[in-house]
Amino acid sequence: MKLIVNGKENNLAEGLTVSRLLVEQKVKPPEMVSVELNGRILKRSEFENTTLNEGDKVEFLYFMGGGGNVSK
Amino acid sequence: MSLSEQQIERYSRHIILQEIGGIGQEKLLSSKVLIVGAGGLGSPAALYLAAAGIGTIGIIDADKVDMTNLQRQIIHHTSDVGVEKVKSAADKMRAINPDVTVKTYHQFARADNIRDIIGDYDFVIDGTDNFPAKFLINDACYFEKKPFSHAGILKFYGQLITVLPGKSTCYRCIFNAPPPAGAVPSCSQAGVLGVLAGVIGSLQATEAIKYLLGLGKLLTNTLLTYDALEMEFRAVKLNRNPNCPLCSENPQITELKDEQQQVCDLKKG
Repeated sequence: MKLIVNGKENNLAEGLTVSRLLVEQKVKPPEMVSVELNGRILKRSEFENTTLNEGDKVEFLYFMGGGGNVSK
Repeated sequence: MSLSEQQIERYSRHIILQEIGGIGQEKLLSSKVLIVGAGGLGSPAALYLAAAGIGTIGIIDADKVDMTNLQRQIIHHTSDVGVEKVKSAADKMRAINPDVTVKTYHQFARADNIRDIIGDYDFVIDGTDNFPAKFLINDACYFEKKPFSHAGILKFYGQLITVLPGKSTCYRCIFNAPPPAGAVPSCSQAGVLGVLAGVIGSLQATEAIKYLLGLGKLLTNTLLTYDALEMEFRAVKLNRNPNCPLCSENPQITELKDEQQQVCDLKKG
């Protein structure tokens, strides 16, 4: 099925869940992104049980903190 | 307030613009912008806001200038290593433009001080480098109803969004809470192309000026992402999150608190 991931068309297997899409797209660990599906931000608890459909638009929104030493 | 002859000369390139004029420049001179963090993003923001004649610029940073900063924190010079960042930044801002009153806050932004500081300003720029601070600024600006620019950079990427609290998508609408330790590297772990700070920090200053002048379309409900290698900007449309823990109808966060600073278990350096 056709999915639009981060603005680009992808041809992917039917029945993909959001969790499996993250693995397929090599987003590791999944905690580094927030996921928007068709304009809605998903709760992390929804990743496992949300199945994607033809034409769905998915955006991975990356945490970007920047800078210095983490444990200040 | 009217502009002196020197100011008319200094700001002539603004004044010529129909959309700004002398009235717009006077507006900038009576405006107040707070920059949290005198680092990568804060540097270009501070330089351009001083050049633009923002009347009062506040800058918060608890650190001293470090050699590793100089690759991207362009407001600081080699001779500033060891100097308080807010002092180094203030000196350069005043040298660019004596019209600007610079207020320095040599301290960490924390739940017990940030609301008082923010209260004095019209617009806030998040130039911080860690997630607890980013969430703190988002929350504080929500409680104080202050518009602000959120941004971050890492490796070859950058992103930013402008938030009008209570009206447009906030940081927590998108990112509920800080990520767990080790999930996201910092620049000191993963690196960053220095000039990205200039690209994104300058965009933040642009948003501040547009807001103050009421010009153009603000970057609200939109996360602008930049991939420097692909030379690609994307404007990702967002909506306010009806489950946002801060700004929704049923908020879980009703007071300002410092998020736990996650200690990273990756080796530093």
